[in-house]
This record gives sequence, structure tokens and C-alpha cells, in this order.
Amino acid sequence: MEEKAVSFYWRGFKERYGLVGSKCELCSRHFFPGRVICPECRRKGKMHEHRFSGKGKVYSYTVIRTPPTGFEIYIPYVVAIVDLEEGARVVSQLVDVKPEEVSIGMPVEACFRKIREQNQSGLVLYGFKFRPLK
Amino acid sequence: MNSPRRDVAIIGVGITKYGEHWNQGLKHLITEAGVRAIKDARISGSDIELIVGGSMSSGMFVGQEHTGALFADYMGLNPKPAIRTEAACASSSVALRVGCMAIASGMHDCVAVGGAEKMTDVYGSQATTALAGAMDRDNEAYFGLTFPGVYAMMAKRHMHQYGTTREQLSLVAIKNHDNAMHNPCAQYHRKIGLEDVLKSPLVADPLRLLDCSPIADGAACIIIVPADQAKKYTDTPIYIRASAQSSDTLGLYMRKDITTISANIHAARLAFQMANMKPADIDLAEVHDCFTINEIISCEDLGFCKKGAGGKTVEEGETQIGGRIPVNTSGGLKAKGHPVGATGAGQIVELVEQLRGDAGKRQVSGAETGLAHNVGGSGSTVAIHILSRNRGRA
Ligand SMILES: [Zn+2]
Repeated sequence: MEEKAVSFYWRGFKERYGLVGSKCELCSRHFFPGRVICPECRRKGKMHEHRFSGKGKVYSYTVIRTPPTGFEIYIPYVVAIVDLEEGARVVSQLVDVKPEEVSIGMPVEACFRKIREQNQSGLVLYGFKFRPLK
Repeated sequence: MNSPRRDVAIIGVGITKYGEHWNQGLKHLITEAGVRAIKDARISGSDIELIVGGSMSSGMFVGQEHTGALFADYMGLNPKPAIRTEAACASSSVALRVGCMAIASGMHDCVAVGGAEKMTDVYGSQATTALAGAMDRDNEAYFGLTFPGVYAMMAKRHMHQYGTTREQLSLVAIKNHDNAMHNPCAQYHRKIGLEDVLKSPLVADPLRLLDCSPIADGAACIIIVPADQAKKYTDTPIYIRASAQSSDTLGLYMRKDITTISANIHAARLAFQMANMKPADIDLAEVHDCFTINEIISCEDLGFCKKGAGGKTVEEGETQIGGRIPVNTSGGLKAKGHPVGATGAGQIVELVEQLRGDAGKRQVSGAETGLAHNVGGSGSTVAIHILSRNRGRA
């Protein structure tokens, strides 16, 4: 992946560290990442910040074996789309589990992990991943 | 949507061989395709009033932006206006659509559209990174998801919901490699079998290397004019009966159902409506098989078979040349190659050759009408064109 300046990561702290998205008061839909306007209700909608519980189920997944730059040392790793219990879907890695043990529908919970390091600047990037629900 | 004010026809096409061209840069490739198209149309460069050229990521692949001007410059077409279109792997279908709008509106009478990509000047992981720009970079690529990974998750879910099998995925690749044997511009002239696919390394489970379209260099160009003027240039103009495009969420995770591409369904509905046709009227189709699963999903979405029956349709040979609806007679992205910015225009070149009856050993006999289906990213952009030997409404 490309190397970005600190500001990019700084403004993503809430989202990537705290799994904070948004909820529309009018239609009760949840969004991750948060949105400024509800795509359903548009200007009539009322968006509020929402911190997701982090609990959900695996909707689909894959095991990445050909990585993009910056992820070479982590392969093979599992990436999944997770159905959060509030109704939104997110993408992240599944950890603390062997690739062959993952299945569609598996209950998972969010955890805080290192994502990767930037080669040139040395910045260490963090964010949420998911692990099997204990 | 209003119908176009003027119908559009194709009078010339040109394409380079797809593959690794270590001795040719982006500008050489587009020039080669452009010169061929101009020659094929039997016009002079000075007849061209506008250039619309697609490129997905020339900035990341070769460090060059501003490719509209580059294309015009190297094709010797200055000072004619030039526009670059970008819609990931659908960049040059969108170029064709912009060209159609320019002609339909009455603003221009002769437009060169096309696209080019030079992908082999960077190393593999850099190409993977560039292609990841077709997805939601902040929320998918950030966590290490790759472009093959996106389609792998679609495949996993399709297998889960509809029982699509590993073998059915393989059969898409095998068929398209068979077809490419007879296409001189294809990247691969090599038959493959079930064993070869299963022995190829896993890229993103369940997708293996031979489920993936290759990295390639290449370019394609098309000359379009108002349908009313087409016979002035050629006895066999190919008419653009529909040019439709739809959008969907950038991120795959935002979709309700990832076993279908909703932009496919939208664009197909628009296209069939514009052409006043139905799926059964199509004699052959170029369907975006960037990964084997996409040919299966998209054939379902386009209405060539029932939802969930895409795997079976391949298995029963219905999409082979000679079958009910031949798909990817060119070899598809899988075996003809996938120089992303050129791919959509390249699909049109195949249809034109087929509809003119010039496709040699891969000719679909009696082909009158063809459909080209081009996807950007995971289906965030879909462009569909329907081409015919017949003009339809006058
Ligand atoms: Zn709402």
C-alpha cells in the first residue's frame, strides 16, 4: 500500500480504533464507516455517532496469499466481511484462528491490533480486527 | 432516460496483442491500436474530431497522468480535444459511452475512443497495490484486502448460497483458454485442464492463479460516427444499439448480497430497453471474467441463465462456441488478457470482428447481435454495450 501522511491516520482514530460509525435516527440504519448523510433519507435523515458493540458473524471470507506491498510478512492471513449485530457490515482481518477453522456464520468479536508498519516513515498502523467470540 | 438524438455506428477498430511488451510503452501501445483503427476505418487522422481514452491507473503503473493529451499527441492528432476516462477496469467502456454521447448530441461527427494500460513496468506487489485502488481503499485495502480477495469473498458466498463448485470455476478458465487459441491478439495460446487449475497456487481462497486474469500491456481503439453517415465509410458498419452504465457502492461490504452485482442488473435492464431486445436476442457476449466467478455471477445477472445457475450453465457447455450463448469467444480477460484500461474497448473489437464475420476459427456462425459487459472494481461501475449488424429503428 502507499505511504500516507500522519493526518490520514489521525482523522481515522475514532473509526479504526473505536469502531465508531453512525446511525440514522429516522430510519434506524447503521453505517460503518460513518456517513454525513443517510443514503436512504438524505437531507431528512438525522445522523448520530454510533459505537458498535463489535460483535457479529462472518458473512464471507478469504485467505490472502498474494499480498499488497506492506503485508508481505503477514501471509497467509484471513480477511472477512463481518455482519455486525446492529446491521452494518465491515471488512477486516480475522485473527487468533487458523484459516481452515473459519466458516461462514461463525460468531466473532472485535479486538484492537496492529495492522502493519509503513516501510519508509516507520509509522505503525493500528486498527480493529476480529477474533472468534469466546 | 431519453433516447439518443443520433444513433452511433462503429466504422473501424484496432487492437494490439495483449501481453508483456517489454519494448513498448503506454504511448507506443495506444499509437499502434489507434493507427490500426484509423486504417481499418479508411479515414485520415484529420477526420477525427475528439479522442476519448481510458486508463485505469497510468499514474501508479507508469507514473504518467494526463493521458488524454498523451494519446492525442502520440497519435499525431493535436490540436484535437482529448479526454481521459477512468472507471477502474471499465475505463474504456466508459470512454466509448462518452464518445457515443458526443456523437448522439450532435457535437462531433467522428470520434476515436479506446484505452490503454501498461502494467508490466512495476513489480507484482505494486501492481496488486495499484489494482486495489479499484476498491474502497480506506476501508478494504487498509486491512490488507486485495482485489482478488474481493472476488474470492464473492465466490465463497456464491458457493455457499448456490452450491457453485470448484470445478465449475475451473471450467470457465478452461473454456476461455480454449477460445484464446484462435485469437491472434490473445496473451495466452495454451490449453489448460482441470488439473492445471487445481495445481496452480492459491491467490485468495478459493481462487487460484488460473482463476485470475493476468497482468498485461495492451491497447484498443474504435472509430465511431453517426449511423446516418456510416455507409459513407464502410459497407459493414456495426451499430451501437445500446450504451448503458450503472454505479454501485465502492465497497463490497456495503452491499446487501454479494452473490449478485446490482449495477449489472441495472445496466442490463437499461441496455435491453434501449436496444428493444431481451437476453435471448443476443448471439454472443463478452462478459467481464476478471476472475472466473465473475463470468458465472454476471451471466446470471445479465439474464443468460437463472440466478444461481451460472456454474451449471458453464458445465453444460451452453457458453461454448456453438452453445446456446457463446461467452468470451475472444478468450476473455482470463486468456486474451486484461490490460485494465484497454479491456472494455478490446471487448468491442471482438464483437465487431464477430459481427463482420471476420473472427476466423472462433467465429460464431450467423452472429447478428453481441453484448459487451465491462465491470469496474467489484461492480461499482458496470458498462454494457449492445452491438448489431442491423440498425434497428431508422
Ligand atoms: Zn435514514
